[in-house]
Amino acid sequence: MAQTDSLITTDVSVTDRERTSRPDETVVRADGLEVHYGEERALTDVDIDIPERKVTAIIGPSGCGKSTFLRCVNRMNDQIDTCRIDGDLSFHGKNVYDDDVDPVALRRKIGMVFQKPNPFPKSIRDNVAYGLRVQGKTDDVDARVRQALEGAALWEEVEGQLDSSGLDLSGGQQQRLCIARAIAPDPEVLLMDEPTSALDPVAAAKIEDLIADLAREYTVIIVTHNMQQAARISDKTAVFLTGGELVEFDDTATIFEDPDDQRVEDYITGRFG
Amino acid sequence: MSTDVDSEGEFETSSGGFDTDSLTGVGLEWTHRTESLFHAVLFGASVLGVVVLAVLIVDVILDALTGLAIGLDPVTFLTQHYSNDSSQAGFLGAIVGSVLLLFFTFLFSFFLGVGTAVYLEEYAPNTRVTRLIEANLTNLAGVPSVVYGLLALGVFVNGLRMGPILLAGSIALALLVVPIVIVASQEALRSVPDGMRNGSLATGATRWQTVRGVVLPSAMPGIVTGTILALARAIGETAPLLMVGTVWGLRHTPGPFDRFGAMTTQIYQWAFLPETELNFLAAMGIAVLLAILLGMYGVAFLVRNKYERSY
Repeated sequence: MAQTDSLITTDVSVTDRERTSRPDETVVRADGLEVHYGEERALTDVDIDIPERKVTAIIGPSGCGKSTFLRCVNRMNDQIDTCRIDGDLSFHGKNVYDDDVDPVALRRKIGMVFQKPNPFPKSIRDNVAYGLRVQGKTDDVDARVRQALEGAALWEEVEGQLDSSGLDLSGGQQQRLCIARAIAPDPEVLLMDEPTSALDPVAAAKIEDLIADLAREYTVIIVTHNMQQAARISDKTAVFLTGGELVEFDDTATIFEDPDDQRVEDYITGRFG
Repeated sequence: MSTDVDSEGEFETSSGGFDTDSLTGVGLEWTHRTESLFHAVLFGASVLGVVVLAVLIVDVILDALTGLAIGLDPVTFLTQHYSNDSSQAGFLGAIVGSVLLLFFTFLFSFFLGVGTAVYLEEYAPNTRVTRLIEANLTNLAGVPSVVYGLLALGVFVNGLRMGPILLAGSIALALLVVPIVIVASQEALRSVPDGMRNGSLATGATRWQTVRGVVLPSAMPGIVTGTILALARAIGETAPLLMVGTVWGLRHTPGPFDRFGAMTTQIYQWAFLPETELNFLAAMGIAVLLAILLGMYGVAFLVRNKYERSY
């Protein structure tokens, strides 16, 4: 780990230097995060500071723990019986795995979009309003639905058909509907787990454009297989390699043009993974 | 690449030394013939059930028509109670009894069955106890119905002193169909993709909100279909009701706390009496029972369609 970027060390003085050298406020911080599924280790001693209102891409080969990391942030890993988590993962400085943290409350602050579009078998309106209703934000639902659909660049396409089923939309539209659903209750962080990998290139490009807009309001953490996508849309890039190790985390330009770690360079240039 | 290319660079079809005789006249006729035979046997096996059903229905309809031909009046049959005089005998009490039994059976079995299925699929940890419960539910679905009748007789009719009333009969039927409702509901819940649950939980819903708002509505067509099929089995049951104690010759319209009879028990009685006219009454009763069953399947179909359209 010696050659990795200073951002991921845990030394307090280094963190302080980071704060002064960058205006970014850290929203999500992992500190010695380790995840096991049963006996199998999925993440090894991950330290990372994810800045506010930026797009942070997480790349790496299959099985490197990218999605596992993402699912730690909103505690979706709680659904997996065999999952064990050690170390700290904090959201605004509060360890989300503390006993007094309610994962439901956490997920109301941290929205998520999945790899496969998963709209509910409900109308478009009810899909977007779902988060509002379960969170008790029942005032002004129609306006919030419209705002969320506009935020997800879907409003113009579905304006006249809010009462038709979300399942009748195309794959790319469904994914944007899921984005609208995630942002409707106005979370702070948006987790995206390979949101374009099930889509055709045109639909994927629309989502990519959208992500840049979303980062003005939300902290976006996106897992992607696609290195070109990471290079195009992210401000920061974290590279995980096999074994669940975070090898390097830096500005995206640095990662793609001048990485510190030889393994990252090999991975980026296609010699590894 | 072994493709021949001529001087203009065009492709040329060539046998390339391939013996085309190996595609023709190779003596596979016998293999094909046994295969056709096998197809015929499989087809025959699958048609057999349909043929038997058709014969049954035709036989019942012929008997019922014969009943009409010898002067049994269908209006009397549907509007009068039991009578020893076959020309005055009716089926009304039995029809009302069956419908009421069905209603209470539904009330007792649906919420219990769906609730159990939701617990087992959505909440229960994957432990040995859970697996033991599930295995036993599957076994319960295979217990002969007369056993449930004995259980209801021992526990509810005699033990709790309910007496042989309609409610006790519907409890016996509910015990019988609850395992079927549970298993069908579990299947329906399992067919809801995990992506739905994850999408709901990640939007900040609690587990119960997820179940109520997303999982149950998605599973409802399957649950409704399974429940109606289970109820269709209940309406055709005779043995548990005989065990609880039905009235021979129902001369009144039963309420929930009255002694009761059902279509099946009335048919059973008529079919075993020596007078031929009464056997025709049994056939007419079966025709009514089948019509009501068809109506239930129709309702199941409509409900399922409605749910599917509201997505």
